Amino acid sequence: MSVEQQIVSKLDARFGLDHLDVVNESGNHNVPANSETHFKVVMVAKEFEGKRLIARHRMVHEVLAEELQRPVHALALHTYTDAEWKDRFGDVPMSPPCVGGGSD
Amino acid sequence: MSEEVIDTIKEQIRENPILLYMKGSPNAPQCGFSAQTVQCLIACGERFAYVDILSNPEIRAELPGFANWPTFPQLYVQGELVGGCDIVTEMYASGELEPLIKEAATSPE
Repeated sequence: MSVEQQIVSKLDARFGLDHLDVVNESGNHNVPANSETHFKVVMVAKEFEGKRLIARHRMVHEVLAEELQRPVHALALHTYTDAEWKDRFGDVPMSPPCVGGGSD
Repeated sequence: MSEEVIDTIKEQIRENPILLYMKGSPNAPQCGFSAQTVQCLIACGERFAYVDILSNPEIRAELPGFANWPTFPQLYVQGELVGGCDIVTEMYASGELEPLIKEAATSPE
């Protein structure tokens, strides 16, 4: 299973998701071709209701702790409740462009 | 875990009301996420301290475990972890970041 599939299946198993989008953005960074190091995750879950962003991110970090040890090096996280997601009309922030630093 | 490094981290967080652990420096960030976080902080118009984790590998190695936060950058305001690039950017966009930073900059030591 690819790291991308692993991330999808772990998040799907842990959260009651209304929306999940996992994008491998490694190709935009200074890493070898076909790397699975930089990901962007957009998720809409009921569990985020009443929780501050930092708490939401910690929940996700916990589920993906193993992947974050290795090989995932960057994880852009956009976590919304259903109401927040509707307010955004599906608009998700872009990840910042790479400025050329290595992955170490 | 090296206690000496953890003590250094605690001291840095205690003594700097606005502190960013980042890759590179605000003038020459070495990572897009660090660069974007710096932009948000600069836009708030207050001085902030930073630690370049690329030139401090021992801090880079110990901080994620200490903070229970796996990635960089990490922004601390008045001793508390605010978050990484996505959270800082979102708070800046929603107007929450500036008052937080202003308050930290003007609060007595």
